[in-house]
Amino acid sequence: MTRLREKAAPYLLALPAWIWLGIFFVVPIIGLLWMSLMTGNIITGFQQTFNVAIYPEVISAYWEQILRSLGYGVSATLLCIAVGYPVAYWIAFHGGAHKTTYLLLVLLPFFVTQVLRTISWKFLLADDGVVLGPLKAVGLLPEDARVLSTTLAVVVGLAYNFLPFMILPIYAVLEQVDHRVVEAAYDLYASRFHAFVHVVLPLSLPGVFAGVLLVFVPSSADYVNASVLGGTNNTMIGNIIQSQYLVNNAYPTAAAITFVLMTILLVGIFSYAKALGTERVMEVQAG
Amino acid sequence: MSKNRPPAPALLRGLTRARYSRRDTFRLAGLSAAALALAGCGVEGQGQSHSDMTEYWEGRKSNGKVRFANWPLYMDPEKPELKRFTEQTGIEVEYHESIQDMPSWFGEIQPLLANGDDIGADLMVISNGQELTKLMALGYLAPLNREYLSNFTEFADEYHTMSAYDYGNKYTVPYASGITGIAYNPERTGREITSVKDLWDPAFKGRVGMMADPQEIANFGMFYKGISPDDSGVDDWKAAAEALKKQRDDGIVRAYYEQDYIQPLVNGDIWLTMAWSGDIYQVNAEEGSNLKFVIPEEGGTLWTDNMTIPITAQNPVDAIMLMDFLYAPDIAASLTEYINYICPVPHAKEVLLDRASELSGEEKEELEGLANSPLVFPSDSDYARLHNYKVLDVEAGEDKEFNSIFQAITQA
Repeated sequence: MTRLREKAAPYLLALPAWIWLGIFFVVPIIGLLWMSLMTGNIITGFQQTFNVAIYPEVISAYWEQILRSLGYGVSATLLCIAVGYPVAYWIAFHGGAHKTTYLLLVLLPFFVTQVLRTISWKFLLADDGVVLGPLKAVGLLPEDARVLSTTLAVVVGLAYNFLPFMILPIYAVLEQVDHRVVEAAYDLYASRFHAFVHVVLPLSLPGVFAGVLLVFVPSSADYVNASVLGGTNNTMIGNIIQSQYLVNNAYPTAAAITFVLMTILLVGIFSYAKALGTERVMEVQAG
Repeated sequence: MSKNRPPAPALLRGLTRARYSRRDTFRLAGLSAAALALAGCGVEGQGQSHSDMTEYWEGRKSNGKVRFANWPLYMDPEKPELKRFTEQTGIEVEYHESIQDMPSWFGEIQPLLANGDDIGADLMVISNGQELTKLMALGYLAPLNREYLSNFTEFADEYHTMSAYDYGNKYTVPYASGITGIAYNPERTGREITSVKDLWDPAFKGRVGMMADPQEIANFGMFYKGISPDDSGVDDWKAAAEALKKQRDDGIVRAYYEQDYIQPLVNGDIWLTMAWSGDIYQVNAEEGSNLKFVIPEEGGTLWTDNMTIPITAQNPVDAIMLMDFLYAPDIAASLTEYINYICPVPHAKEVLLDRASELSGEEKEELEGLANSPLVFPSDSDYARLHNYKVLDVEAGEDKEFNSIFQAITQA
């Protein structure tokens, strides 16, 4: 009896997670797959016809937007690492008594909704606005230079919006790094650079790994940044899904694109995890 | 800024005048008969018949309350018109600014209506366009009973009673209309803008804004090609798309905008853009900007936001009474003073001018300006230059083809 209970305990503890996943992930995902195979329209209704042809159709119609979204996602993620890592490092090692305050400052913009934050970039980066105006006035930028309505604006907007998701996990890992390990490196005549590359960086990889997932996935699927900050030819796959769903009421098409995007992201994440090796990451953490 | 002013005494006097509120029973009876005859013609093909209408309204009574779902900034925050309605009828109005844009509103109410559930509103303002066509085709709107619409029958102008999307007002009654034309900043463009062709001018490379809405952008593509959108077909759409594609690929278009073209225009990011008439009137009044709005020589489009009753409304009688109440010229004038879009009640102009004559100075000038603005009370010759939207046959799936042609331009 006791043994049975002992055996069942972990499963019982995992039960809420399973129920949560079941209700909010498995059921909708099956519904989505089911929906994607239907044909019809909103007026006559949708019937299940197992129309698998929709998949090659949406891929050939939207491969460009899919690739573009992945490209933007990768760029935004790299930008987040470039900006976020030093911030996390500084807070973890030089934040002193005010670490929590600095973390709060990182999170502060998140108290404002994403749409508003993104729209405020339009004021900041207007062609003759507070940033570009003076630069043009002193001749550092040509008169017709612009940031808004360009690819750059979309990628920077994405990076800005998801930056805390990179900073927080990296910070959480760096915070745990035992300073004595770093000191040991110095004792063994490692330069600051070598101590970082051979000790701190490997120890922080699990954080970077988590940050990459947290930034790459939502930024590849985002649609707000492209529609607010983008111009022509900046449409991301999220925008397509949104307009297929809301404007066209083409629910099967929207479902099929969603499924394709999800599959690509999942495959990408698994190969990324395999390449970087979650197990190795775990080992590093344990060691 | 005229719109947040409390109602002036002159207006309150105007509201109590009997001039427009007296009912001419005999004339009304005749007109409703004519309207019913029109409704019976069944222009829409699958529209509901007269008997559906009588069946719907049979035995329904006023419940003393009505829930009104509208767009933001479409009524004075003080709601003087609704207070007036409650005073006169005893019907309480719950007013919600719950409609942000048509696609998401449709997405929100469609599943409820499909189940026959209450959507939390008895009266809602729906723009003419694909969503309205779908709501009508799906039978989600209550057929209107003309017996309740005496003010509308008497005071609405003919442009608002003979629309292409709901000829004879079987399901819809206009709330306000607007014109899609071109807005521009004359200081930036350095010249007057008069034609749709200006939106294709390489001199404005990267400085042109176009609308993302498939129908709006399609209309302008067709104007450019000399096609009238009202009776266009697939070949016309493709020709228009070709022109729009060139405009995009030549780098002339900066971005495709939803409703967010105003700020870039004020900031100078774009110099000229497709725009809605009332927006420009409002932004000039609020920000002191000097933007201009023109109906291009090739034409502009007239769009209308309509009051409709969802088929699952809990208080349809109260809703239709409010609908009609807003057509009393005094009330329509008061609404127009706040919203600055085209008023479907021509008599409201007289009310506004009467009021202006009792004012002085800047206030007088402002009100006269509004009453005489062709963007608020267009003349017959203005109307002659305005086109209707193409009404797409949603049952035949025409909207699918149309959208895919134009979304390929805006969502590349």
